[in-house]
Amino acid sequence: MGKSRKGILTIVHKEEIAEGIIRVELVGELVKEMDEPGQFIHIRPGMGIDPFLRRPISICDVNLEENKLTIIFRVEGKGTQLLAETPVGTEVDVLGPLGQGFPIHHRQSGDHALLVGGGVGVPPLLYLAKKLVRQGVKVTSIIGFGEKNQVFLEDELAFLGTVYVTTIDGSYGYQGLVTDLFPQVKKWNVLYSCGPIPMLKAIQHLFKEEEKEGYLSLEQRMGCGVGACLACVCQVNSSEKKYKKICSDGPVFALEEVAL
Amino acid sequence: MSHSVIRVPDISDRLQINLAGISMKNPVMPASGCFGFGREYAQFFDLSLLGAIAVKATTLEERLGNPTPRVAETPGGMLNAIGLQNPGLDAVISRELPWLGQFDVPIIVNVAGTTVDDYVVVCDRISEVKNAAAIELNISCPNVKCGGITFGTDPEVAADLTREVKKVSKVPVFVKLSPNVTDIVSIAKAVEKAGADGLSMINTLLGMRIDLKTKRPILANGTGGLSGPAIKPVAIRMIWEVSQQVEIPIIGMGGIMSAEDVIEFFLAGASAVAVGTANFVNPYACPEIIGELEGWLDKIGVDHISELTGMGWRK
Repeated sequence: MGKSRKGILTIVHKEEIAEGIIRVELVGELVKEMDEPGQFIHIRPGMGIDPFLRRPISICDVNLEENKLTIIFRVEGKGTQLLAETPVGTEVDVLGPLGQGFPIHHRQSGDHALLVGGGVGVPPLLYLAKKLVRQGVKVTSIIGFGEKNQVFLEDELAFLGTVYVTTIDGSYGYQGLVTDLFPQVKKWNVLYSCGPIPMLKAIQHLFKEEEKEGYLSLEQRMGCGVGACLACVCQVNSSEKKYKKICSDGPVFALEEVAL
Repeated sequence: MSHSVIRVPDISDRLQINLAGISMKNPVMPASGCFGFGREYAQFFDLSLLGAIAVKATTLEERLGNPTPRVAETPGGMLNAIGLQNPGLDAVISRELPWLGQFDVPIIVNVAGTTVDDYVVVCDRISEVKNAAAIELNISCPNVKCGGITFGTDPEVAADLTREVKKVSKVPVFVKLSPNVTDIVSIAKAVEKAGADGLSMINTLLGMRIDLKTKRPILANGTGGLSGPAIKPVAIRMIWEVSQQVEIPIIGMGGIMSAEDVIEFFLAGASAVAVGTANFVNPYACPEIIGELEGWLDKIGVDHISELTGMGWRK
């Protein structure tokens, strides 16, 4: 089985980096295990029973030397609101790392990876980009947001490779969807993507006929986060096992594997 | 398999119980549907320290379950509409139960079905598996269209099913009751009369949440089963009522989060307990609760946990 554990992490930094988007840095022993990009943590917002369930949040960046973890999330409901309000210095209950991350071990120097993210699907691409660049892989990112004041992580990704930003209303970068920019990027040989289901679906459709190597990271409401409750399943395209668990079989799946 | 550093408590004989013939190190088990077949939680702690394990509902054929979203949060709990997803009888017998055989822990197999014949076939075969210590008859799942709760809301139907299953089962049969009834006592008495060796109570309460943005139910299934601390008072009340009217033991469940909760369930009339939704919030919920139980016996001033059963209503 995996290396998932429960532990206490301390919030050491917190800031709003875009409208409703919170970046939090946490420090603790548990971080030592977080060396695979694309995995997530299951974090308990407060210690009471309302909100009751943990919140799955993708790992954005890890500093293994300092045992430091960065998460970026959007304030959407009671749980994320409470997390956003939790002061620096607070200890929080975290389960992780959970799930199967982006497969990168077989990547070679000279490969060209196309990273595609939408909204709060962008954060896990940062740790992935860092790992890939360290392996000598060329990285190009296309990241999409609703509008200008929602854009984040552009500078951090630009440090690692070319970045294209799109906004739906055109208030920043290119106007349109991330997929509109695919023709701009030449000769990539692997795609890694995380974002809303319609975006992932469009990507899947785009490469249905071509045999492109690609990976999609999915999101779903979760109960346990470890594969026991069967809440966060997704259908697979062709397999005897007709459902897969997003929390433990994923959240990252091969491009053609899941039926979106 | 590596286990985490969690301190495994030395279980004293003050917690050992005999539940309808099943010898248990302690009275705490994970509840069915909240622990899969144990594989996921085995990465966190040694499953042998549990009193028993109630595994995921098993049906004759594989079931895919309901569409997503399958869970919705509520204050102090959650709604689920998984829909009995399970790999089916053959896979449970050939794969899951043998895997669980590596642990020194009695397994209670939750069984669900669409027809009486389904239940009978599954119970017959399951009860022959070496490490299946008991059957938990699921007549109370609120999330499937056929079977489940339809067997659990009418005393006669519940009794008939219990009687048929008892004819084939070689192990004790616990009947898991639904709280979604007007008179749970009449159903409890009916299944006791039909030969049930014990009761599990309660299953989830039928509930619903509506998304304000979409104006539609959050769960794809519309309704779901409410679990978690929010339902604990309902469970306590029902166990209190039923335990005074039946002779067979009750496995109490419904929102147990701590050792204190366990004591409360015993006082109401439970002889063992199952921890459900708490596992999702804290994977170490069961071992932590077991570790704290003996301290509570000292605090209350009883020698053995069994003394607490029904103490709340006994004169």
